[in-house]
Amino acid sequence: MTEVTPDKKDGGGESPPSSPPPASPPDNGWRKEYWSRNLRLMIILLAIWFIVSFGFGVLLVEPLNEIVIAGFPLGFWFAQQGSIYVFVILILVYAKMMDRLDSQFGVDEQETEGAAS
Amino acid sequence: MSQIQLWTLLFIGASFAVYLSIAWRSRVKETAGFYVAGQGIPTIANGAAVAADWMSAASFISMAGLIAFLGSDGSIYLMGWTGGYVLLALLIAPYLRKWGKFTVPEFVGDRYSELVRTVAAVAAVIISFTYVVGQMRGGGIVFSRFLGLDVTGGVVVAAVIIGLYAVLGGMKGITWTQVAQYSVLIVAYLIPAVAVAQQMTGIPIPQVSFGQILDELNAISLELGMAQFTDAFAARPQIDVFLVTMSLMIGTAGLPHVIVRFYTTKSVRGARYSAFWALLFIALLYTTAPAVGAFTKLNLLQGVNGASTDALPAWVDNWAATGLVTVGDGVTTIGSVSNNPASGADLIVNNDILVLASPEIAGLPAPIVGLVAAGGLAAAMSTAAGLLLVISSSFSHDLYFRRVKRDSTDKQRLLAGRIAMGLAVLISIYAGINPPAFVAQVVAFAFGLAAASFFPVIVLGIFWKRCNSAGAAAGMITGMVFTATYMIYTLPVFGTEANPHILDISPEGIGAIGAIVNFIVTIVVSKMTAPPRDEIAEMVENIRYPSERRAVAAASTTENS
Repeated sequence: MTEVTPDKKDGGGESPPSSPPPASPPDNGWRKEYWSRNLRLMIILLAIWFIVSFGFGVLLVEPLNEIVIAGFPLGFWFAQQGSIYVFVILILVYAKMMDRLDSQFGVDEQETEGAAS
Repeated sequence: MSQIQLWTLLFIGASFAVYLSIAWRSRVKETAGFYVAGQGIPTIANGAAVAADWMSAASFISMAGLIAFLGSDGSIYLMGWTGGYVLLALLIAPYLRKWGKFTVPEFVGDRYSELVRTVAAVAAVIISFTYVVGQMRGGGIVFSRFLGLDVTGGVVVAAVIIGLYAVLGGMKGITWTQVAQYSVLIVAYLIPAVAVAQQMTGIPIPQVSFGQILDELNAISLELGMAQFTDAFAARPQIDVFLVTMSLMIGTAGLPHVIVRFYTTKSVRGARYSAFWALLFIALLYTTAPAVGAFTKLNLLQGVNGASTDALPAWVDNWAATGLVTVGDGVTTIGSVSNNPASGADLIVNNDILVLASPEIAGLPAPIVGLVAAGGLAAAMSTAAGLLLVISSSFSHDLYFRRVKRDSTDKQRLLAGRIAMGLAVLISIYAGINPPAFVAQVVAFAFGLAAASFFPVIVLGIFWKRCNSAGAAAGMITGMVFTATYMIYTLPVFGTEANPHILDISPEGIGAIGAIVNFIVTIVVSKMTAPPRDEIAEMVENIRYPSERRAVAAASTTENS
């Protein structure tokens, strides 16, 4: 959990104090909403990232190795194969969800590339 | 033997011709093209370029061999080097792309201060340089075996060619060359892996079929004096496996030559998808590597188990000539195998040869052996070129332009960058000939330093507006000094005495703790000093949103973003 903690704690709650310049624009509401949804998505995905790699692949590897599937002890499989597949899926899910979030809030870029499959 | 050399020359010659012609055709003169390819690289191509940039000689040449001998604990490299992309994609890439300039030190310079920029530029040069040495060494090993040159000659040839197209082409040339290099290296990796999988299990998908041989491999490993292949924590204690994996992940996300790649996409969205494509392309190799390690190890052990020394397979002799395989003195039959020269085993096999020798060990035809050699070189060269670019841009942009000559022209800066690149090539030739440790290890040090310096200040810079320059400078310096000190304390390679590990933490794993130290120092010092100026808070606010909000009915004024 080392490096995600500070952003979780501090990222969410500090935006109001630092932006009091005179005519505080009326669009601050959507900004906070967008950012906190982004952070929530990020934290969920990072939790899965941690559980699959450090949880299944390091901390629980020995008990999981008792289960053998297709010749692979399960902990060994998570450490050497499974976690990598999950990482790829996590990034794809993140990119897709952020696309949705961006267009919901009208901050998606106009010149999109369409290279996204 | 000479047939192998012929095919090797053919494949290496053909692939080099392709790289050089791409570099020549896309050579550029203006600064933006040189450093960030005019920010017009399509997402999939950028993903392939990141993958090639990222997968170095260590991934291609050393990793499967390391995993073969580390067994289950080899997963530190697999999870560490891929898991970092999740951090990169979620925490760093989209934001730095939104902010979008030329170098990583430039981000910290704008976010914090000129002092922090200089610290970051020096760190970027040190990290990239440590890493480039591994690539020169990797190239040298390929040449020394397949072209009959000594390692010195091999390193020189590889360095001259890398230097040539990196200096000519800049980022644009490098990007398209790296797409070609990715293609070469992945084909070269997969063909023999699929062939060996088919030959040994009847199923041509190595990721799936290597499960079938694990029992057999466990048994023969025990017989030849090694730990069971699938036993966890046989090579490293659990805490160290945890920390090394964490260090490699954080380090990956903090490596300047990888981060800078995300500046080359067209949009923030492009940066997110680039990260996806990059990891997908990387995963192709990284899920194959443990299978290659397992198959090759089983093949190797079965080939030599109980064999008398005058009836050993041909590959033993071929590689013995390079000094990377040795048969113990006075040994008549092989009863034990190890990768550690100090173990006194009957047969010592260097990790670095396993992938290159895999087709020979499996008895595959000569063209495949040649193809693998070309792939190994592609991996070494593409990474080295990306690193040289970081060295050059950090030097010319963040040190020369910012510190020495503020009014320098584009032309002068390009020249300064090219001179820095040339110097880096020369020094790395020397270091590649006299490497401080073996290939993958050298790279691990670069990661530890990257983890302990860049990652925390970049992430805090994006996610914590209160973070200020005093905090960042203090954090980076303590993180790096702490990490480097522990490495020097525990490793003999810097000419110092090797001291025992504290709390089972290896020098490869110390980067994770260095990063925590950096986080804590940055936070504490930031809290104790004045908050950053309003413009900084504004800048941080802006990089959090991919673009201006589209004219929605309610939104009246958008001038603040």
